[in-house]
Amino acid sequence: MKDMQDGYTTADGRKIGGVVMEMKNITLRFGGVVAIKDISFDIREGEIRAIIGPNGAGKSSMLNVISGFYVPQEGEVWFHGEPRPQMRPYEVAQQGIARTFQNIALFEGMSVLDNVMTGRLSYMKSGLFSQALWKGKAEAEEVANREVAEKIIDFLEIQHIRKTPVARLPYGLKKRVELARALAAEPKLLLLDEPMAGMNVEEKEDMSRFILDVNDEFGTTIALIEHDMGVVMDLSDRVVVMDYGKKIGDGTPDEVRNNQAVIDAYLGVSSD
Amino acid sequence: MFYREAGDFKTSYEQDSQTFPIKFDRFRYYAVLAIAFLVVPFVINDYWANAILLPFLIYAIAAIGLNILVGYAGQVSLGTGGFMAVGAYACYKFMTMMPEVSMFVHVLLAGGMTAIVCVVFGLPSLRIKGFYLAVATLAAQFFLVWLFNRVPWFYNYSASGQISAPERDVFGILITGPNAPAWATYMFSLIFLTLCALVARNLTRGTIGRSWMAIRDMDIAAEIIGVNPLKAKLTAFAVSGFFIGISGALFFSVYLGAVEVGEAFGITKSFLVLFMVIIGGLGSIFGSFAGAAFLVLLPVVLKVVGVDVLGWPTDIVAHFQLVIVGALIIVFLIVEPHGLAQLWRVAKEKLRLWPFPH
Repeated sequence: MKDMQDGYTTADGRKIGGVVMEMKNITLRFGGVVAIKDISFDIREGEIRAIIGPNGAGKSSMLNVISGFYVPQEGEVWFHGEPRPQMRPYEVAQQGIARTFQNIALFEGMSVLDNVMTGRLSYMKSGLFSQALWKGKAEAEEVANREVAEKIIDFLEIQHIRKTPVARLPYGLKKRVELARALAAEPKLLLLDEPMAGMNVEEKEDMSRFILDVNDEFGTTIALIEHDMGVVMDLSDRVVVMDYGKKIGDGTPDEVRNNQAVIDAYLGVSSD
Repeated sequence: MFYREAGDFKTSYEQDSQTFPIKFDRFRYYAVLAIAFLVVPFVINDYWANAILLPFLIYAIAAIGLNILVGYAGQVSLGTGGFMAVGAYACYKFMTMMPEVSMFVHVLLAGGMTAIVCVVFGLPSLRIKGFYLAVATLAAQFFLVWLFNRVPWFYNYSASGQISAPERDVFGILITGPNAPAWATYMFSLIFLTLCALVARNLTRGTIGRSWMAIRDMDIAAEIIGVNPLKAKLTAFAVSGFFIGISGALFFSVYLGAVEVGEAFGITKSFLVLFMVIIGGLGSIFGSFAGAAFLVLLPVVLKVVGVDVLGWPTDIVAHFQLVIVGALIIVFLIVEPHGLAQLWRVAKEKLRLWPFPH
């Protein structure tokens, strides 16, 4: 499967394209602590790629490397076939990488609509004076981007709360608004950090459906971290397994499930 | 009963994002504007202008400026007095250097100059935040006052060290100096306040406002989803400085006429404007108006009640005034930490249902 340069076809018949993002020998250290050790993997166009592993395995650090928040000491991040120079997180976002956070990081003082519109900042280029007068480019831009934002709001079924301040929303809805904010950027690569953490079964089912729909309707490439194995195995096309900062498995859910190192990491090994 | 959204349908996104989406609000806004521009100038006298209206208008501009910085962008500043002084001294220098130019231009230039100074002192905000930034802006406050005291060029080498506004006119009507009529100074300040409030509202409901609030609410997440923190913070400092500079220029040229920097623009001024913003409501344009009105009117009301109604000696009333204002601020912050603007919002939400709450 790996040798196929142009991608592969999944079990359910979706065509997966070429490599969008490739991590090459990434090593990330915090002082003496090695969070990520020499990890390489790729993310292909249109696939749902999961990163799993026990607590402290370095999954979130990996996502932070992809979104430019951490700079790895060694290794390169390749995006669209070329090495990415070192850039600030907001520049990474402008390249088309959007993400959600493990602990919801919404802007609590703003309405749902404003949060979603913030996701479209990269598309809004009008100058200070145009905005101060609310005329010309600023107004046209506001309306055009509002239309896109409203499409996302419709898609995630949060129309009824669009004017509500985020601080008033329950947890499950906040998670959905965060996904809406990331989607509003129309990302080429969407990173989801534990999109289902702390949800009940029903909310997890809703969220899973939304993730599949996003992938299906917009063709968005998705990389996600998740602890719920059932969800991961059902959703993802390929899985990277990490443990103590190292990659211990990589492949389709079935391959990973039967990998001895993965079973050891998750179930433990007897010490004798 | 009159305050209803029902039947007030929006059919375009322009309509939905306007400043006053509810019809009643919109008409009330037009009514206030009409009274302020068409009625008040004809009934105003010197007492009303100097004791109430001018300080209210000018402090409201300063409060809007500070609210953009503290309430919208979340960058604490204790340098307001110093920045107002920059506006005042810039205005003074422009007035004396270019006497033939209109006052409008002087005040706008003073605002621009303050914006630049504010951005320079805002640079530390890229590395530090919260209390530490407050201390950094406090340094700006003391440094600027010291600068205007010690460098004679700023006060044109006058013997007293004061600056006093020469007589300047707009379209032949005196605006500054002791002979300026009350209605002219009022109109001049009112025009600036109206423009500032409109600009502030336009900025805060659009892209820039969202990036400011994003930085305020969660700066790291904001950067990761695409907000350029450098640009967001420095534009906040620039816009805030522009407004504060305008208010400083008006405070000096139109309201006081003559200024000694340590007295007029000391640290107490910084705190006064900060109190206005906090009492009025952080992150609300209306709150800036309410806070300015509250802190300008309260001493006047207390004085009228104490001296004229109760017949107490003036000095006792003056002391009581401080105690009562201080106590009221504390009470206010305990009862409604989000300020007068929040009380107003709650009242409006109740009004929408009144008199049938179900």
